[in-house]
Amino acid sequence: MNRVIEKRVELKAPVSRVWRALTDYREFGEWFRVKLDGPFVPGQVSRGQITYPGYEHVKWEAVVQKMEHERLFSFTWPHPKSLDKKDAPPDYSGEPTTLVEFRLEKTANGTLLVLTESGFDQLPGDRRLEAFRRNDGGWAEQMKNIENHVSKNHVSENHVA
Amino acid sequence: MSRRSHGRVAAKRRTHALVFAALGDATRLSLIGKLCRGQPRSISQLTQGAKLTRQAITKHLRVLETVGIVHSVRKGRESRFEFDPEPINGIKEYVNFVSEQWDQALSRLKSFVED
Repeated sequence: MNRVIEKRVELKAPVSRVWRALTDYREFGEWFRVKLDGPFVPGQVSRGQITYPGYEHVKWEAVVQKMEHERLFSFTWPHPKSLDKKDAPPDYSGEPTTLVEFRLEKTANGTLLVLTESGFDQLPGDRRLEAFRRNDGGWAEQMKNIENHVSKNHVSENHVA
Repeated sequence: MSRRSHGRVAAKRRTHALVFAALGDATRLSLIGKLCRGQPRSISQLTQGAKLTRQAITKHLRVLETVGIVHSVRKGRESRFEFDPEPINGIKEYVNFVSEQWDQALSRLKSFVED
């Protein structure tokens, strides 16, 4: 059964570039769509606010686990019961978490990024995103549209920076 | 509240870990194999052809019942057991949702670093 998420992405960019996009809190925020309060520090809580349209009320909270230079970046994060505004939990303490790991490997053309997320079997059986369920496929569709739009902006912003 | 809906509510409170634990046994998997074909079965029907005693089969069914994968329904003087895919589907559905979110986020990351 599918208990672990694993994604492998070939990126046409040097490992050092990808490492910066993952571990610099401002750069991470750009593509992940979150405004973080400060830098990632292993063992410490990272806090911020999601900037994804429609989800600006959702808090970001993660505990940074490992930062092995240009090799491994990992954190644990909670999976709240709902992302709906009215049901949003005041804080995530006591919420069950999963482990997210980004591993980087140098390849001939750039970088292989392997993302894994594990620990789903620790989540309570009722852990569903009610907001998403109500919207059904609507949100995924909307994300796609916006993504096309924003990724262009992102690229150009990044260029200037 | 009927026994059945009570079972469902209780099942929702169980953790996925318990569901996986319940599935991690050859006898229980073979019981699910028999039950997931649709028809509720009695303990006698489920014991037929099995090497285990009626008591042992009952014990395994109770484990599956605790996590909500099977429910017992009373038919006359006999209990019958039926399969409920809900607890298993719940996990799959949620993991698929998170997985899709990562696809989207990683494609944004790709655009971000490649240009």
